[in-house]
Amino acid sequence: MKNILLRTFLFFTFTNLQSQDLLAILDNELEKTTHIVSATFKGTRIANGHSIENRKAKELEFIIGHRFERLNSGTYNLFGLDFSNIRFSLEYGITDDLMVGLGRSSFQKLYDGFLKYKLLRQKTGDQSFPFSVSAFASVVSRDYPEFDKRPLTETLFYTSQLLIARKCSSSLSLQITPTYIYRNTIASFEESHGFFALGVGGRVKLSNRVAVNGEYFYNFNKLSSLATKNPIAFGIDIETGGHVFQLILSNAITMVEKSFITETTGNFLKGDIHFGFNISRTF
Amino acid sequence: MRKFFSILLFVYFISLNGQDKVFTRKGNIKFFSETIVEDIKAENNAVLSIINTSNGEMAIAMQMNQFVFPKKLMQEHFNENYIESEKYPKSTFKGIIAGFSKVKKYKATETYVEGTMTIHGVARDICIPTTLTKKDGSITMSGKFIIKLKDYQIKIPRIVIKNIAEEIEVSYNFIHLPHN
Repeated sequence: MKNILLRTFLFFTFTNLQSQDLLAILDNELEKTTHIVSATFKGTRIANGHSIENRKAKELEFIIGHRFERLNSGTYNLFGLDFSNIRFSLEYGITDDLMVGLGRSSFQKLYDGFLKYKLLRQKTGDQSFPFSVSAFASVVSRDYPEFDKRPLTETLFYTSQLLIARKCSSSLSLQITPTYIYRNTIASFEESHGFFALGVGGRVKLSNRVAVNGEYFYNFNKLSSLATKNPIAFGIDIETGGHVFQLILSNAITMVEKSFITETTGNFLKGDIHFGFNISRTF
Repeated sequence: MRKFFSILLFVYFISLNGQDKVFTRKGNIKFFSETIVEDIKAENNAVLSIINTSNGEMAIAMQMNQFVFPKKLMQEHFNENYIESEKYPKSTFKGIIAGFSKVKKYKATETYVEGTMTIHGVARDICIPTTLTKKDGSITMSGKFIIKLKDYQIKIPRIVIKNIAEEIEVSYNFIHLPHN
């Protein structure tokens, strides 16, 4: 009996002596901290759609996005480069968790405004949490020419999204994006006002400053007045200090949720691919 | 046998008590990079530091992603591109304070700490000047030194070479209290 007690004490004494190593004591202490996972994606967009990332408090970002015509439109249109849809926007972080943005697209003359709010953050360490969740809401108004002016309410579209993302490793991030889009005006009485879609997106980092992104939205119900396809997009992010360049290939020509999710008509596999880019500058 | 047993108990409790160590988890480290284009500064207020007062050994450890920058984008780039804080989450130092036992209480004394610093996964021997003040129950250490990014294999791409200094000034301030 005594022998066992003695051994137990000896054991504790020695393990205690061993833990006298100063760095080991600090390591032990460091494990008690929790920290928030950052930079799940490089930019606020995966390709066309929003990523979990926000602009931080008091940061203003100016984004210019171009989507050219279809690559398979031939040499006469220089593979689509002759025509483009341009969206420029100002996006601002009110707090680290809340950002707002205003944009204007040349295609369909769309004005869009959005809010994005971080609800939950992925954390590692003592109190870890496996993923991040943000809420996204936008209103889009389509402008019409003078002879065809419509009341404001007839021009509106609403989008709500939950962005659920996880940075699986420093090089791999994944996101799923349940989406609901509401169209105030419908083409016929058979048409639905509400549209459900589920987006999946991801990023693979090739180096510290270059990443490849992919994104796909599955539409659960589609417009009956238009033969639409599910949008797919691939992009390369290149970061240089305050700029992020995104080069994009997509079957969608638009950069606003209600359009690229529910109104994309291009068949990616048949070459209906739009080349495009986003350039952002953060101030 | 009894005697031996009680001696063991005694040793055990002494080492448990750890009265011979002073410690802080709120150590402050700042760094500063100055170029013609821009100044970059950041601060970490959660640096861990511990001194064994019986022999003057000390150790420092910090999470690199705890550095706070005035510009959040810089902070992101620091973690993602330069210090790679997911790959190398912490920086450490382990060394010995020169002439520790000779430092008199309540007298700010100039000395240095010699040891190994590990940043960005690269370990290097370094000698850090320090001003050390012993008081009853606390030991304060502060000072500044220069780090060359090249020494720790932190690469600066050509496009921002004018924005980031090759030599970074690091200053620190630790107030150690008894560790229990």
